[in-house]
Amino acid sequence: MATLQHSGSGIAASAAATLLDMRQIAKSFGKNRVLRDISLQVAEGEFLTILGESGSGKTTLLRIIAGFETANSGELWMSGERLDRLPPYKRRVNTVFQHYALFPHLTVEENVAYGLRVSRQVETTISSQVEQALARVKMTAYAKAKPSKISGGQQQRVALARALVKRPQLLLLDEPLSALDANLRRQMQVELKSLQREVGISFVFVTHDQEEAMVMSDRIALLRMGELEQVATPREIYRHPATAYTAQFIGHTNLLRVQVSNRIVRCNSLSWTGDLPDGPALLSLRPENIRVASSPGPPALNRVRFRGRLRHQAFQGATELLQIECSDGLIFFVRTSARADWQGELEFEFDPGDGLPVRESAERT
Amino acid sequence: MSGANVANRRSPWLLMHALAVFAFLYLPIAILIIYSFNGAGVGGFPPRDLTLDWYRRLFADSAIWESVGNSLMVAGCAVAIALGLGIPAALALDRAQFPGKALFRRVVLLPLILPGIITGLSLLMLFNESRIKLSLLTIILGHGTALISVATTEVFAGLQKLERAQEEASLDLGANYWQTFLRITLPNLKLSIIGAALLIFTLSMDEIAVSFFLIGRNNTLPLEIWGRLRRGITPEINAISTIIFVFSLAAIVLWYRLRRSAEGPPEIAAELIETVVQGD
Repeated sequence: MATLQHSGSGIAASAAATLLDMRQIAKSFGKNRVLRDISLQVAEGEFLTILGESGSGKTTLLRIIAGFETANSGELWMSGERLDRLPPYKRRVNTVFQHYALFPHLTVEENVAYGLRVSRQVETTISSQVEQALARVKMTAYAKAKPSKISGGQQQRVALARALVKRPQLLLLDEPLSALDANLRRQMQVELKSLQREVGISFVFVTHDQEEAMVMSDRIALLRMGELEQVATPREIYRHPATAYTAQFIGHTNLLRVQVSNRIVRCNSLSWTGDLPDGPALLSLRPENIRVASSPGPPALNRVRFRGRLRHQAFQGATELLQIECSDGLIFFVRTSARADWQGELEFEFDPGDGLPVRESAERT
Repeated sequence: MSGANVANRRSPWLLMHALAVFAFLYLPIAILIIYSFNGAGVGGFPPRDLTLDWYRRLFADSAIWESVGNSLMVAGCAVAIALGLGIPAALALDRAQFPGKALFRRVVLLPLILPGIITGLSLLMLFNESRIKLSLLTIILGHGTALISVATTEVFAGLQKLERAQEEASLDLGANYWQTFLRITLPNLKLSIIGAALLIFTLSMDEIAVSFFLIGRNNTLPLEIWGRLRRGITPEINAISTIIFVFSLAAIVLWYRLRRSAEGPPEIAAELIETVVQGD
């Protein structure tokens, strides 16, 4: 593994060459259309996360890349070579499975050596490579143990070592952290990310956990009911969600249904001026962009004020998420620092510039 | 057994009932073993003049040993046939999708519940029609085909427990389909296959109904014993039965040890044997 190229950092997608090119991938199981028209590129050295709810098709997409499923249409290209015509064992792609899928009848060491043995490498080079791979994931002490005798986190490391020892161009990870408890999970997120930087190969990581996606990814591909909703860096996707679904799935948001005419934006009883085309619009306003108004009286320049009653208060450590109901029926989520004991009727304000227009998410069946 | 102890304190009747049931099950075997050492032959109670004479006479009886040899050969071949056809059938049931699969499953499993008389009679008619002379070969074919369903169910159960992701992981790591079958699928099925072989072997060893229809000139052990019984019970038969009993017990214990040393959940046969050996 020491000979794997070190690219140094998880570089941004645009800077590096494309490694994997998915072109209009579609897949159905019977009448169930699981994936439609997926076109997505993975750059060299990139950490790309495919994020989606269960049933969004994310695992199917991963299985198509690995070769366990065949797409009904579309093409896969990797390093200028048609990938989707090759059987799984001829692809320079390796997978870390959701439940690790370690071989129970082999020891940790034999599990890691498996991929080298079946490709008939010389036994002496195998043992040194296995040794290095186990050292990299700090599992040398467990080399002779059977998988059933080690913990979930350790199995995870062995699965990683087993895949990486093959020196793949691309590593696929199918919700590898979902079986771990919260603390270990956070620790593994950091470890995985630094491991990826170290070996410098591309990772395609599947998860349903948006926080995990934000922490680890260079880019996130948000999948919704078999179609890509948005592909962008975590910051971009959070700050500029393209659709209402993205805005809601990545973090919390308030979706305001507004009417615009002559640069006047109306939302129930609230109104302000804004640069939006005439007609109906949908605005995403993050809870952290709404503040408790500091003093009563007229709002500061360009601020919108509203009054509302506290309906619910969720303590979240550093912050608190308030649910506020206005007299006209509008409900706002507001994030505040967690110190005050809010009660009754309160006054809030926000900068209308923080209300980002988003597309209505398309109906899909 | 600990459950019986708790109940024991409550009611002595339950204990007596349990003892009666066990006596009903095991007393005949105990008597058979005791009388195989009885100097006075099959008659006379209590047994006296303990002797190994019957065993000496048994070892000198070439007809019995010939039938034992025949039975072992038949059972061995039956295991080979049943596994050879049953493993692919189980694989097909587990993973292939084809029209008529539900029907195929029932047809494969049917011989398990089909009475031996029907199997034997139908095979006899088949062999007669096709002018095949009855011999040990016809018995082998009879046992082999009748016991395919045992191999299929056992191996199918093993395949159902096998995590498919393991085979995918193997392909993913560069092993082709054949390497994956040999290195991952088969080792995971090892216990099911040994269990099936053991079950088929024992079932074949004491099979009478099918053998009875298909017997040629050479006897299997059960038919040899059955034939001699018409001339009355002899102490030699007690002796050979005792030997069979000891060997079966040894085989079961061996199998249990084997299973314990391996890992993974027990198959049907293993569960059954584990229950017998541990007695719980």
